[in-house]
Formats: sequence, C-alpha cells, structure tokens
Amino acid sequence: MATVTNPPAAGSPASIIGASVPRVDGPLKTTGTAKYSSDYNFPNLAYAVPVCSTISKGKIRHLDTTAAEKMRGVLRIYSNGKVPRLYRPIPDSRDAHVDEQRPPFEDEKIYYSGQYVAVVVAETAEQARAAAHAVKVDYETEKPNVSLDLSDGFTPKMKEESKRGDVDAAFSSAPVKVDETYVTPIETHNPIELHASVATWDGRRYVLYETTQSLMNHQAAMAQMLGVPREDVQVVMKFLGSGFGGKLWPWPHAVLAASAARDLNRPVKLVVDRHMMFTNVGHRPRTQQRVRLGAMPDGKLTCLEHGYASDSSMLDDVGENCGEATPYLYSTPNLRVRSAVVDRNLGTPTAMRGPGAVPGLFALESAMDELAIKLKMDSVQLRLLNEPAMDESNGKPFSSRHMKECLTTGAEKFGWAKRTPEVGSMRSGDLTLGWGVAACSWVAGTLDCKATLSLNDDGSARIACATQDIGTGTYTIFAQVVHAKTGIPLDRIDVVLGNTSLPPGPLSGGSLVTGSVLPAISRAADAAIAQMLAIAAAANDVPFEHHKPEELAFTEGRVHLKSEPASSGVPFGVILKKANLRSADGDGSSASSFTDPAMSKYSFHSYGAQFAEVEWDAGIARLRVSRVVSVIDVGKIINQKPARNQVEGAVVMGVGMGLFEETIYDQRNGHPVNNNLADYIMTTSADCPEIDVIFLDYPDKALNEYGARGVGEIGLAGIAPAIANAVYHATGVRVRELPIRIETLLNAEKRPPTRQA
Amino acid sequence: MIDFALTRAYNPAHASQLASKAETAQQGAQVRYVAGGTTLIDLMKLDVETPQRVVDINRLGLAGTEKQPDGTLRIGAMVRNADLAHDSVVMQDYPVLSQALLSGASAQLRNMATTGGNLLQRTRCSYFRDLTFPECNKRTPGSGCSAIGGHNRTHAILGGSEHCIATHPSDMAVAMMALDARIHILGVQGERDVPISEFYLLPGSTPHLENILKPGDLITYVTLPAPAPGARSVYLKLRDRASYEFALASAAVVIQAEGGHIRRARVALGGVGTRPWRSPEAEQALTGKPVSEPVFRAAADAALRHAQPHRDNAFKAELAKRCLVRALTTVTA
Repeated sequence: MATVTNPPAAGSPASIIGASVPRVDGPLKTTGTAKYSSDYNFPNLAYAVPVCSTISKGKIRHLDTTAAEKMRGVLRIYSNGKVPRLYRPIPDSRDAHVDEQRPPFEDEKIYYSGQYVAVVVAETAEQARAAAHAVKVDYETEKPNVSLDLSDGFTPKMKEESKRGDVDAAFSSAPVKVDETYVTPIETHNPIELHASVATWDGRRYVLYETTQSLMNHQAAMAQMLGVPREDVQVVMKFLGSGFGGKLWPWPHAVLAASAARDLNRPVKLVVDRHMMFTNVGHRPRTQQRVRLGAMPDGKLTCLEHGYASDSSMLDDVGENCGEATPYLYSTPNLRVRSAVVDRNLGTPTAMRGPGAVPGLFALESAMDELAIKLKMDSVQLRLLNEPAMDESNGKPFSSRHMKECLTTGAEKFGWAKRTPEVGSMRSGDLTLGWGVAACSWVAGTLDCKATLSLNDDGSARIACATQDIGTGTYTIFAQVVHAKTGIPLDRIDVVLGNTSLPPGPLSGGSLVTGSVLPAISRAADAAIAQMLAIAAAANDVPFEHHKPEELAFTEGRVHLKSEPASSGVPFGVILKKANLRSADGDGSSASSFTDPAMSKYSFHSYGAQFAEVEWDAGIARLRVSRVVSVIDVGKIINQKPARNQVEGAVVMGVGMGLFEETIYDQRNGHPVNNNLADYIMTTSADCPEIDVIFLDYPDKALNEYGARGVGEIGLAGIAPAIANAVYHATGVRVRELPIRIETLLNAEKRPPTRQA
Repeated sequence: MIDFALTRAYNPAHASQLASKAETAQQGAQVRYVAGGTTLIDLMKLDVETPQRVVDINRLGLAGTEKQPDGTLRIGAMVRNADLAHDSVVMQDYPVLSQALLSGASAQLRNMATTGGNLLQRTRCSYFRDLTFPECNKRTPGSGCSAIGGHNRTHAILGGSEHCIATHPSDMAVAMMALDARIHILGVQGERDVPISEFYLLPGSTPHLENILKPGDLITYVTLPAPAPGARSVYLKLRDRASYEFALASAAVVIQAEGGHIRRARVALGGVGTRPWRSPEAEQALTGKPVSEPVFRAAADAALRHAQPHRDNAFKAELAKRCLVRALTTVTA
C-alpha cells in the first residue's frame, strides 16, 4: 500500500508506531483483575433498584410505597415529590451534553415505557429489588404513539442540511432515475457490561464510579444536574465493557445514584438491568429515508436527494443525521439533504456506533446499487465514475481521500471481476451466492486534549490524561507513543486514564480519540525530555558536565552529548536521583480541529469499500454471510492489532444490523417485547463470516503529525448495504427495510427472480 | 423474586412427597423442583413463577443412561443435555436426539439443563414472561391473550386456541416425539409411564395446564424404544441466526426405507406447535410411498394443512414445510 518516507529503523522505538502491539491492559482483562465500575464496593454500601413504568403514556395517579417501605432492609424510596432537588442540564452546554434532559421524577407524567417512577434504596441488592417489585403504581393510561411509519416527518418543514443546484429540475429531466424509500429499525446497544453507577459522597464532594465514554462531559453534566460545583464531582472509570455510543452521555440512573448517596450519606450502587438497557439508556432510532438519484445513461450522477426522518422521544429531539456522508461522497451538481425528527412514546435515542452515517449509507449505498442495475453498469464502476475531486458541499479539498483505491483494491482482493451480474447466476455447490459492494465513510477530526508525562527517577514513565479506554486499545496507544518518543520499555510505562482529576482529555466517540491524543502525548514527551535535558545539563559527575541543554540528546532513555553515541550517556533515572528529583514532567496539548481555523481549510473524512458474499439456500430460505472484505482508508494505523479488531468487530455488528437486530415494541402499549439477550437477536460466533481487513495506511498529515484518523466506526458503515446488495444478487429480492428477514425472502422467492430493468 | 424455602431431596420418594403438598403441578405451583434451573430460575426472577418451596433434586441420582436388556435406552431425568447429546449410544442409534439437543440453547445452558427439565421447558412467549402485559391466560387464567393481536412472529400455528398460541420451545422433546419416547413418572400412587404423545396437553381453554403431571409427580426416566433396523433419523432446525435461538421451524424425522419405498415414518415438528408436534398426517402420507420430492411435499402439506397463522407468523407454515421436505430429503439421501 502506501510507501512511508524514511521509515523508522526496524527495532527502533519509533517503529512501534504502526506495529502490531498487544494491548497493555490485556493481562488484566484476561485474568479478571481489571476493575470495572460496578466492581467498586465500599463499606456501608447501599443498593438502588428503580421501579419502571409499565405504561408508555399517561400519568401516575397514585404511587403506593406502603408495603415496600416496611420490607426488610429498605432505607428510602424516592419518587416524584419525594426526592432531593435535581436540575436540568444547561441547554446547549458545550461541555455538558445530555440526551435525556429531564431529571428523573421531575413530574408525574409518563413519556415512555420503562421510565423510572421510583427508586428503592436498601441494604442489599436483593432487598432493593424485592421492594421495588412491591411498589404499587396506579396509572392514568393514554394510548401511546410508537408508530413505525415515520411519514409524519416528511413535511415542507423539513430541515435543510445541505443543498446545491436544483435537485427537482435535475431529477425530472434525468434519463435514469431511482426513487425509493429505505427503513432501518430501532436497534438497542447491548454491550455485555450493563450501565452502572457507584456514587460516593463525603459530605462535600462526590466521587462517582461510572460507565461512561466521556469522563469530562459526565463530570460537567452531573455537576449541573446535582447542583454542585464542578470541582466537587470527580468521575472515575478505569475500564469499560463496551459502550457503542450508548455510554457517551449521562442517563437518569446516574443522577439517581448520586442524589441518593448524598441524601443518605452512604455510598450507593445502581446497576441498570438488561430490561432497562432496552428502555432507559438510549437506542439507535428508527429511520425512514427517501433517496432520489438521477443519472445520465453513462452513469454520471445528475442529482442526489436524501430526505429522512428519525424518531425521538416526547422529551428530547435527538435526530439521526442520516445525511452526514451524503453531501461529499459523490460528485453531483444537484443535491439536497433534508431531515426531520418525529416524536414517539419511546425513550430518548442516542448515538450508536456510526450514528447517522451508518443508517444513512444503508439507504444511499442501496440506492447506488439499484441505480447500477438500472444502468446495467457494474456497481464498483458506477462509484469510480462519480468520484469527486473535492468536497462539493463546501468546495474544500479533501485532506486525504483514497476511495478509488479502496474500491479497486477491494475488488481485487474479493475477486469481483469473476462476478456475473445476473440474479442467482453464481453458485457454490447447492448454494446460490450473492456478491454486493458498498462504499463507506466517516467523519475525521480531533478534540481538545491535554496530557502530562513524567519521567521518573526509577527509570519508569507515567503518562496521564482524563480520557478513557472503552475497550478499543487507548491505553496501548498512549504507551506506544511514549515508548516511541522516549525508548522506555512498554512495561515501565504507567498509563493513567479514567479519572477527571487528570489533565482533561477527549470523549471516546466519533472515532476521534486516537487522532486527538497523539499530538498531546507527543508534545508532553517533548516537554518532559526538554526538562530532563535542562536537569541533566545542571548535573554534576556526568560525562556531559558543563554542557548546555541544547548540546544534549535523549535517546532510548539515556541522556548523552549529541556528538557522542547514546551508549556513552547516562540513564535519565540516575540523573534524577543525583538531583534528588522524583521526576521530570512535561505537559502537552492539542486543539480541536472543529474550532481551529487552520484546520478548517480541509474536508476531513475516512473512507472505505466493503464487499460481502452471501450464501442463499433457497430450499430452506437460509441466508448466511460467508465472506466480507473491507478496505479501509483511515490514515496511518498506529496499532495494527486493535485497529483490525475494530473493523472485524464492526463487520460482526454489521451482520447483525443487516440480518438480525430490531427492537420490537408492542404497538398497543409501547413496551419492547424482545428486551433480553435471547429474544433480541445479535450475531453469534457461528454467524461470523470470513473477514478480511486491509488498511491503505496513507498518513493524513493535515490532521496530526502521525497522520492517524480514527477506526472505531467506519467498519460498520458499509456492511448492511453490501449485504442487502448481495442478497439482491443472490435472490432477486431488493430489501429496503432492515433487518433482512427470512419471511421477506421466503415470500418473495415465490416470484420468479427477474432483473430489474 | 419472592422469598421461598429451598429443600434438598435425598431420594425420589422424598422429592415426590415434598411436592405432593402443592395444589397444582402446573403454572403457579406452590412447590417446584429445581434441576438445572435454566427455565425455573429465570421465571422466578421475572415473578412469573412464585413457588413457596423449591425442592432441589440434583442429589437424586437418575443421572445415568443405560441400555436395557430389551434394547430400550433408559435415560435418567437428571442426565444433562450436553451429556445426553454426546452419549455414544445416542449418537449412534438416535442421531435425531443428539442433533436436537446440540441445536438447543448454548453450551453453557446445555451443561446445566436436564432431560426431565427440558421436557417441562416453558414457552418463550414474551407476553407470558413479562408481567408488564397483564393479559396472559397461561400465567393468569381468564386474563386474555396478549400474543393474539400482539407481536406473534415466533408463535404457534398448530394447536393454538383463542386463549393461547404460545410455542413449545424444546428441541429435545420434538426428537423424542419422533422416537416414541415413554416418560416414567413417580407419583403419590406409585410409578407409571406414558407415551410422550400423551404427555402434553393442548392449550384449549386451559393453557395454564401444559401436561399431565399432578402434585407429587416426578419424572424419573425417559425410555426410547430400540432403534428400528435400518432406521435413519435427522433433526433440522431453521432460525434467524446460526446458534442460540429458538426454532422458527424444525423437523425431527425417523425413516425406515427399503427398495426406494418408505416402510415406516415418524415425523415431529418444532417451533410451530403449542406442544412438540407429532404429525400422524405426514407419517400417513409417507408410509408405503416412494422416496421422492413430490411425496415429501405432499407429506409437508398434510402436516401443515390445519395451520392457523397470525399477524406476523404466516411464513412459518411454508418454512416448516420446506424444513420437513429438506429433512426427509437428507435422511433418505
């Protein structure tokens, strides 16, 4: 792939950037010693269990806690009117984002099924659960609206997200057209680690052990909702058992645990159970998307329109930005992207891995396949033909875009040239094969980050930052950069993350962490080394006595004269000891690309092409995804192993999005009926295809000195459309509503498969 | 979960005696046996089952599989699903049973779940399991059925009534239906045994009554008749994903064919019935007929002739037919 200029010498510390490095926290996790947030226990710990609404719309007429209060171990039951004051977060606060803004128990109204109506705190978890079941609630019930049809969003009042040219005129005169509606269902985040809060209060300050993808945001938001100064809230989270976006922002249970801890003056633990995971901590909303494509007979796009609605709660308008990638993905003179949010009696939705772009690209990339079929053109060729030279939505150059190479490399690795376009024309034994392709893209950028590196007198290093590792390998990235800059062995580098008392770092969302933290770590290392050299220059009894700092160098943990080899130098720990200093410290920071004017001249994105093969056994309507090739352009890869891991995991999740996942709500009472891990179908190991991941590895130096963008989300963005396109190729059934179910293929299979003309 | 007493039984008679104090052995039983606990504990956590006493039967023995002098295979009620699936006699003589067991649940659950317990596995109907829905005739007789008119993609199309369409979830029991298993029961009146085809009740107007067990009854063994000479068997399970999911449709078939004709057929379907669904109609359509796809298709049509689809599960009839045709094709290939 890319040729790197002046690659670091093999075996040199710098060569660890881009290598395949096992996770430094791996042994802690495989031995069960990594401490997750709900693992924290304290003397006098009390347990909180919420009572959830069994209706989706209406109000509480009467809440009877008489029996529950008398039960063994019960300390307190909180509910509307019987709870310490809780506040709303400040609207549009830049550093305190909350999706569900209503603090629990704010009024007696019910907005969605599962909404907390009370919380029981007791001496043991079992006592709290038993008492929670004994709370009797009398409701005034109204008919909820959980309608699956989101057409009510398609009104003249839709919000215009992007526009160029005249779509309507171009579409009406386009020789070849596609005009279809695509639907993606509500999906529920199902990380194996449940959301949890362990709240402690010492009479003045909170220390909160949380499951969060954003420590700093959590601190700020909790301070606002609890009504205390920010410095009185410390948030700790050392490990996260995945979040997928669901743990980006605080949810009501965290406020309840903290509030109870203060009120009772005891530590309180609240673990959200699996049923509540389906109602109280967000979900990916349902989307209904209309895509209109117009093209010339040669395949050149003349227009692209993408209009979409997603559902939100009655409480908050959290939209799913399906058109995120639409304005810049293809070259077309006429484009319009419009959005709408419709209200339903559901919990507030939130980000799920690749929010917006992932459901959006299901629609756009399915439509592109439909267009290719109408044009009788190869689907890869159609995309190559419409490759833009710049970001046509704003006229900016792309910082680094290799979409064409993603497509051509993927086609080669997958064997795309052997594809015969007729439906059902490819076979493997008794099975019909279907091959499909989709392009994918995801935003790139950096967020503010500060980090502090200490070079210690025992020869070790400590790097500290208030960001978090959500299971993706962030600990290891920190250790790699410190090693690359200092030569200190990985096992002597202490990476300290997951605590708001550290220098503030970025949230773990948007695939932004790696690109954001790299410059800060690098600069912290430079600063620490500079301080170390200044200390060394002032030291006595060293080979370089009486030399100036600028005559010294720091190589692989030794300070030496620039003119002499590193082996002549002195280990930095020895110099610190002589000077009676515990450490030499350096601070580093990097700025957000979203606010830095110097970076606003580029359009930063990541790209990819994903190819899927399905096996279709028509006799028993059995569909399996057998093979996926992903070619991913995310800049420089810092650590091959977890980067590959991210894309592989995304492919597995994409199979679920394509074929299995949907949260189903009973239309009569708005309650989810498949709210558990047996009935909410996700991919198992037995469903995993053969997965091939190729990174192009072109550094994006406009973004940061290493040229790294993020890799957490893009791997999901093309899978569902690639599968749907492959399913059409195998079966002749165009599925425009996910997931692709047996019954859809079974019923349609009775029709003779024909090629759409 | 409510408070309950846990008592360990030391022999089958002791267990039976403890359980005989209940008013019913069906939904809402005041005394429940716990073996692997893979169904019962779930339902107790959900407040669907609220026994006052739970009798631990894990120390009763009954955990062996033994070939009897008459050629039958005697399977103890406490034999774990994983052990039974990997039993060498079962693998060789009753592959349909081994395959059915291995298609069920997950390895972890199969390590716990027992033969007797699996016969009594409760339905996965969401409306039965979730007290948020007050209407469930199986849980609360007379309250109504939320599944009819609700989300019923996974529900039964055979054997349902206007009161209940909950699917029987077991794979093992479907295979045992096709194998003509007999269920041995120790009760307050002594021992008895019944063919599995008479063990399960249709929901009718009493969906809370699922089988013939009375208070004090304890399943001790299951026996399988000696394998018919030349018989071949197979279990095929269709579902959305490849593992850890209940059947949308499954078929257990045991076929003796000779000279291109079917001499004897046993057919049972899973995932489509309110009980493990033996199909005499399909068996009749196969017996004496040539091994051929039209015959298989006719048998499948006969098996599903009385299917009653609901809003979301109409596809199951066709899926079950194809499942049966494929199973018959495989077993006679």
